[in-house]
Amino acid sequence: MTRSARRTRRMLQVAGAGAAALLTLSACSSSDSDSSDSSKKKSDSSASDKLSGEVTVFAAASLKESFSTLRDTFEKEHPGTKVTFSFGGSDSLAASITGGAPADVFAAASPKTMKIVTDKGDAAGTPATFVRNQLEIATLPDNPDKVASLKDLTKSGLKVVLCDKTVPCGAAAQKALDASKLKLTPVSYEQDVKSALNKVVLKEADAAVVYKTDVKAAGDKVEGVEFPESANAINDYPIALLKNASDNKVAKAFIELVRSAEGQKVLTEAGFLKP
Amino acid sequence: MTSPDRTGAAEALIRGPRRRRVRGGVPLPLLLPSLIGLAFLLVPLVALLIRAPWSSLPDLLTSTEVWQALQLSLVCATAATAVSLVLGVPLAWLLARVEFPGRGLVRALVTLPLVLPPVVGGVALLMALGRNGVVGRWLDAWFGITLPFTTTGVVVAEAFVAMPFLVISVEGTLRAADPRYEEAATTLGASRFTAFRRVTLPLIAPGIAAGAVLAWARALGEFGATITFAGNFPGRTQTMPLAVYLALQNDPEAAIALSLVLLAVSIAVLAGLRDRWMAPA
Repeated sequence: MTRSARRTRRMLQVAGAGAAALLTLSACSSSDSDSSDSSKKKSDSSASDKLSGEVTVFAAASLKESFSTLRDTFEKEHPGTKVTFSFGGSDSLAASITGGAPADVFAAASPKTMKIVTDKGDAAGTPATFVRNQLEIATLPDNPDKVASLKDLTKSGLKVVLCDKTVPCGAAAQKALDASKLKLTPVSYEQDVKSALNKVVLKEADAAVVYKTDVKAAGDKVEGVEFPESANAINDYPIALLKNASDNKVAKAFIELVRSAEGQKVLTEAGFLKP
Repeated sequence: MTSPDRTGAAEALIRGPRRRRVRGGVPLPLLLPSLIGLAFLLVPLVALLIRAPWSSLPDLLTSTEVWQALQLSLVCATAATAVSLVLGVPLAWLLARVEFPGRGLVRALVTLPLVLPPVVGGVALLMALGRNGVVGRWLDAWFGITLPFTTTGVVVAEAFVAMPFLVISVEGTLRAADPRYEEAATTLGASRFTAFRRVTLPLIAPGIAAGAVLAWARALGEFGATITFAGNFPGRTQTMPLAVYLALQNDPEAAIALSLVLLAVSIAVLAGLRDRWMAPA
């Protein structure tokens, strides 16, 4: 009885040690590839000015995936830096920035929301457009309701969610609907693009008008349907350094990365259009 | 979080504080924090009044959207309170009067929505009662009922968040009430239900009233669960807090105006209830 218990314990110990060894090995291999990767980059990004410190980025909800990827790249390239995000509807982010929220960089989903910040004098320097985003219809997987156009969304009995008109994706959707003289009554005006998308992901709504990037990010949980009217309502995404970060080198470096070829590659892979 | 404390607080809300003077001066270590605490609670409300766009207020408040939102808020909060009363009072009685295994656990679970972030509550409701939810799927298949994006959905979300306040309050009152009255009634031949109806209910009426007010106030201010579960559509699911939040995005002045309305309604209701039930004990 006791002997067998002891034996099991020893076996467990051996197994544990084995697992630990495996873990260290795999950790080694992954960090190996990392270090070679970053050392390559470090050589061309001049190690002379060593960056350290923190940067707080307020970014539109639709940028969540690509900016998180860029953060990993950035923190790897500049050890000692830390990038913190606040993602949300561009309007509420703009409202919190003008209300005094401690943000260093603002990446908005529309020039209109950026203007709220620049009008209050909260931006340092002029905003620059770094990507553009086009709308797309997100439907349930395999498109059971056979949605093929923007007009199909007006079918009765179809539960469609839109972003609220105060949010860029909602304003763009309204623009596309107006341009094609369609009247669409959604079941809900959501507070940002991710909550609109999630209503379809959770299968509570049949379709939502969101960005191409959101459809891509949701993978096979939704199906994307492109519609030609979206060409009339493409949103420019401006990025700007904010007033209280005017001499924050880390913040400047992050904006540079977003606008660099490397940053653009990540963003276009996520479905954004080049500016 | 102990129930007697909460009930005490709730009853103080209704009846007003008991008038009993502290003899001698108030000690400084108590006076200073209490004044800071008072300022902390009142300054934001005063700031709201100071920054209110008084000149454009009439225009802002006469729009149909505001009235729709206000009406919807009042109707839904009242309906949610009614649901909480019908289901919550018997639940409180069960927790206070019936011994069963795991009662402590059940009580803890009942109070969970109190501490749960409302948005999480909204997601949980979607998982349970959504079109594809554990229960909602059958509601849809059998009765053709879908709750998300409907006014009923708002009531459900508000009741989910508000009912624990009522249960806690009523249960605390029940525990404080002497069970011997009920026992006497049953020994005199009343059934347990008659004893509950004729003896217990009148006995705990102030506790129920206090709990109902708390639940109503909580339902009126409910935001997270509502916007997650019921969505946001003017006239159907857009209650005042949702209207305030979305107005804040592009028109802060309108948001302040809406907040003032909500504040006025809350004050009016609390003041009205105090007059009705206030009896200097």
